[in-house]
Amino acid sequence: MQILQYLINGISIGAVYAIIALGYTMVYGIAKMLNFAHGDIIMVGAYISFCVTNYLGLPAWVSVIAAMAVCTILGVVIEALAYKPLRGTPSLAVLITAIGVSYFLQNAAQLIWSSSTKNFTSIVTMKPISLMDGKLVITGEVLLTVATSILVMVGLSLFTGKTRTGKAMRAVAEDRDAAQLMGINVNRTISTTFAIGSALAAVAGVLLCSTVPTLMPTTGSMPGIRAFTAAVFGGIGSIPGAMLGGILLGIIETFSKAYLSTQFSDAIVFSVLIIILLVKPAGLLGKQIQEKV
Amino acid sequence: MKKLIAMLLAAALVLTVFAGCGKTEPAAEETTAAPAAEGTAPAIKIGVTGPLTGDNSEYGLAVRGGMEIAVAEINAKGGLQIEFKAEDDEADGSDKAVSAYNALKDWGMQIFAGAVTTGSSLAIAPETVNDQIFMLTPSASAEDVALTGPNVYQMCFTDPNQGAAAADLMKEKWPDATIGVIYDSSDAYSSGIVDGFLSEASELGLNVAVSDAAFTQDNKADLSTQVTKCKDAGCDLVFLPFYYTEASQVLTYANTIGYTPTFFGCDGMDGILNVEGFDTTLAEGLALMTPFDANAESAKSFVDQFKANNGGKIPNQFAADGYDVIYAIYNACVAAGVDGSTPAADVCAALQEQFATMTVDGLTGTNMTWDENGMISKTPIVVVIENGAYVPMA
Repeated sequence: MQILQYLINGISIGAVYAIIALGYTMVYGIAKMLNFAHGDIIMVGAYISFCVTNYLGLPAWVSVIAAMAVCTILGVVIEALAYKPLRGTPSLAVLITAIGVSYFLQNAAQLIWSSSTKNFTSIVTMKPISLMDGKLVITGEVLLTVATSILVMVGLSLFTGKTRTGKAMRAVAEDRDAAQLMGINVNRTISTTFAIGSALAAVAGVLLCSTVPTLMPTTGSMPGIRAFTAAVFGGIGSIPGAMLGGILLGIIETFSKAYLSTQFSDAIVFSVLIIILLVKPAGLLGKQIQEKV
Repeated sequence: MKKLIAMLLAAALVLTVFAGCGKTEPAAEETTAAPAAEGTAPAIKIGVTGPLTGDNSEYGLAVRGGMEIAVAEINAKGGLQIEFKAEDDEADGSDKAVSAYNALKDWGMQIFAGAVTTGSSLAIAPETVNDQIFMLTPSASAEDVALTGPNVYQMCFTDPNQGAAAADLMKEKWPDATIGVIYDSSDAYSSGIVDGFLSEASELGLNVAVSDAAFTQDNKADLSTQVTKCKDAGCDLVFLPFYYTEASQVLTYANTIGYTPTFFGCDGMDGILNVEGFDTTLAEGLALMTPFDANAESAKSFVDQFKANNGGKIPNQFAADGYDVIYAIYNACVAAGVDGSTPAADVCAALQEQFATMTVDGLTGTNMTWDENGMISKTPIVVVIENGAYVPMA
């Protein structure tokens, strides 16, 4: 039974990675930039939700909507102020700017909310399901996180596949210049991508902190890096890939903690990643793209 | 317009960066307490270095505040008088600590009651060995500090000693418990305690079922596996020798999956009741060893005095450590009959003799004695959380 419990734990944290990874992969696929500040937007989302429920006393679902709204605006503003002026510059410049934005958000959060830890109250009120005399426990958070991540994945796939804006996104992802020539507003498309990515980050923040209640200004950075790894693992740019990568990463991490070594779990996770990338350089579900000469 | 926004944003960024630094207190290094009363022996000079400004000033100011109270109480009694001075070392273990120490030596310091932080203590301790100045640090917990020389003593537990004390206590209170240990292997404090705990536990024959449930700074985001391990092994006593931040996470997850062992923590657990948003009912029944309980009846006059001196601030363990350091030194000085006219090297020899045999009761523990290395052994204060407050363990 142990093994099932660890599997559930792994899926639980993996589904959180998956939602974060979906945000990473969207932005990378379309804007071709690694938004390292993504993890910190997650943290902002969690803080907003915390403040709305704890200081204003509003119900959890209101706090999620508030967090999504604030993060969407934040994402668009960051994109407009920090990334847009750098469009067309070498990608390293944008990367470094993203790191700067990440530190900016962390320091700002430290000023606003102080560096002392807050304990996030889970938005799930459901009682955990206990099976086999309490040997196997499935918490409401697990169910909610898994359901949300599947929903988000399907929603995003449909959005990019069926809607006009989604098609524009794919066009921009494929060839920015050609898309522009076809009359697609590239800037607006990228802004929309950031808006969606940041709203997802807010959801991820709330789910992350519901699963792991510690909230502090650096809460988003480690899960952010893991989720980025998950996105690469699954094939960056691919929506189902991010999902698969996230869940697998969570499961591998939990199993290596449970059966091999808690201290070396990271080393094990990243070794697996390296091996997979050696065999499949584009990630599990990534498309092998031929570089144009 | 765009330029203007960019400028504003840049200005905001710069402000954010600097705002964090705004909290440094003005350097207040001169803290000379009441000079010797007329007609008595000259006052003995005790000095301390600690971070009085900068990021770690919380600790230095607390220690100084606690020491000042002890000095004022002692000087009011009459008899042996103390002259006290604190120098700022900014918790900088390099040159600053040693120059702060040298400044105290120039002032005529006979006994060194520092340093507050481990880094500074490690830098200064070799100097005190050369100078033959007695050193009793209130709060540097690394073993290496006491091991520097025969004249260096510690008031706080070393990390392994704290772990050993925890094992002794478990043997006494829960002799038949199945024990699980979760710890942070990337942190010297946490793994130091666990080292001491495990070796003492195996000597006492405690039943430690899980001792490999470690985590690191990088993977502490998810502690569910570690808790599940303890649950599966049937542990009914779980030892959590790390800081309250991660502990609140463990308690929350254990509650979610309906796992209700007795949790036991160390001094790093102190503060768990103040985590914002934490449901303190989850901490009900949690036992912890704390070096200082501000709610204890015996600490009341100290706490009131500290609050009066420091704008209502409740003293923490560092303040209590500082207070105990001054009293331990004072008791030893009185017993040895040294005063301000005794050369520092003679004071050092006399105090070493006293510390080898004396027993002190203080705010941070009772039956305090020191071993030949200068490490302290004391009965720790154990409290249990009941109705959201610390109560002494029965």
